[in-house]
Amino acid sequence: MGFEQPVLDQISFELVRGETKVVLGEAGTGKTLLLKLALGLLKPDAGRITVLGEQISAMREQDMYALRRQIGMVFQESALFDSLTVEENVAYRLIEETGMITDKIHARVLEALEFVELGHTSSLFPSELSGGMRRRVAIARAIITQPEILLYDSPTGGLDPVTSNTIIELVVKQRDVYQTGSLLVTHRLQDAFTMASHYFDRKLNKMVPLEDGSARNMHTTFLILRDHKIIFEGTAPELLRSHDPYIREYLS
Amino acid sequence: MATTYFSDVVKEKIGAVQDYSLLAGRSISNLFAQPRYYADTLLQADLIGVGSLPIVVLIGFFTGAVLALQTASTLQQFGSLSLTGKLVALSMVRELGPVLTGILVSGRNSSGMASELGSMKVTEQIDAMRAMGVDPTKKLVTPRVIATVVMLFFLSIISDLVGLAGGFVISYLLLGLDPNQYWTTAYQALRFGDVFMGLGKPVMFGFIISSIGCYYGMTAKGGTEGVGRATTQAVVSASVLIVVSDFFLTKLLMEFFQY
Repeated sequence: MGFEQPVLDQISFELVRGETKVVLGEAGTGKTLLLKLALGLLKPDAGRITVLGEQISAMREQDMYALRRQIGMVFQESALFDSLTVEENVAYRLIEETGMITDKIHARVLEALEFVELGHTSSLFPSELSGGMRRRVAIARAIITQPEILLYDSPTGGLDPVTSNTIIELVVKQRDVYQTGSLLVTHRLQDAFTMASHYFDRKLNKMVPLEDGSARNMHTTFLILRDHKIIFEGTAPELLRSHDPYIREYLS
Repeated sequence: MATTYFSDVVKEKIGAVQDYSLLAGRSISNLFAQPRYYADTLLQADLIGVGSLPIVVLIGFFTGAVLALQTASTLQQFGSLSLTGKLVALSMVRELGPVLTGILVSGRNSSGMASELGSMKVTEQIDAMRAMGVDPTKKLVTPRVIATVVMLFFLSIISDLVGLAGGFVISYLLLGLDPNQYWTTAYQALRFGDVFMGLGKPVMFGFIISSIGCYYGMTAKGGTEGVGRATTQAVVSASVLIVVSDFFLTKLLMEFFQY
């Protein structure tokens, strides 16, 4: 009974407004747990977590609901409500406030669904969508209220490379168009590097690679977890320069 | 080693009772806090109340009928066949109506709640709801508790009435009792205490059914197998609790009304 060994130990980091922090690590290192702690879905045994100026580790569950409305979360398995349509899923937060789908909400849902290029699916049920589409609907649901922070839990996990790329493009789009701060958990290194080396071009309406020698700030940093601790925190070039044997092996 | 195992089991059980108490408490305190989900409550009332109506009517009727049939032979030995109406009325209103309806609704809805909420729990839909700033105890638990309590109250009344009708059919057609006599003795037998007992029990049973169903659903873990386990446990626990609490409630009310 009980876990003697803490899953996360002496974890300390800060997410700056507008910055995307990619959390990397092997399976079972506590990446998902980190997101659930940041959202207050779970409580730490010890330590302090401050989100948007509020110390959530000391808040009661019922006081946290208002704060959570400013944060969007994309769950690993999408976690869409299977008895609601795509439109009702995406509009969920807005319906909570008004009690029904108004014309205004309908327009916002369409806008969010267009953002993830799924405008035609609004009347379908989640079970009628593919895995990649469900993931995109989950992103639309998370961004509809334009939250201050976005938490992505392995948004590309279990998807084919082409679909993964589409998802990462959406994440980059959200980062560059709306400058939303986000924590992105993944175990796919290529996703992390795509994020650090690409930006979203509004004119072309697609993600393009960064030119060589560009000084553009990508607002993307990396955090690597290993054996319950943070072993690296920094930018992509710093990561590539690291001499840590584990990181070298991880990168190869 | 054995001591550690024992203390862990005890801690787990006490923890479960604590979690259940907190959830049950929240389901009531939510009544006094915004937002209130009227549409969800109505939907649940329809599912629980209207959905259970046919089976409650059927079981109520045949329970009343068999009660008349079984007791008639005994009453006849004492030459008191005319008391059949009184016996059916007292048994149905005080005991069988609420308890049988409670157990029926528990089998039908406690399991339904546990499996529905359990599926939501294991697919992270409950967490998604919390993540979006919606309190699952307000959105999912309280509407089910209110709907079950209110509906079980009315279902028990219907069951009592249909049971009396079942007893009447047997008394009139098979035993040859005078209809007037049956209904008069049935009506006159009931005192305020009997009716109070008959109407108080469904309120408590309704709360047990819904809070137990929701508790097992909200704490389900371990995929589809876990949902199955939660469903079974919900029905068993709710049914056992209904029967056990029925005894204590009956004893308490009997003391109160000085039977």
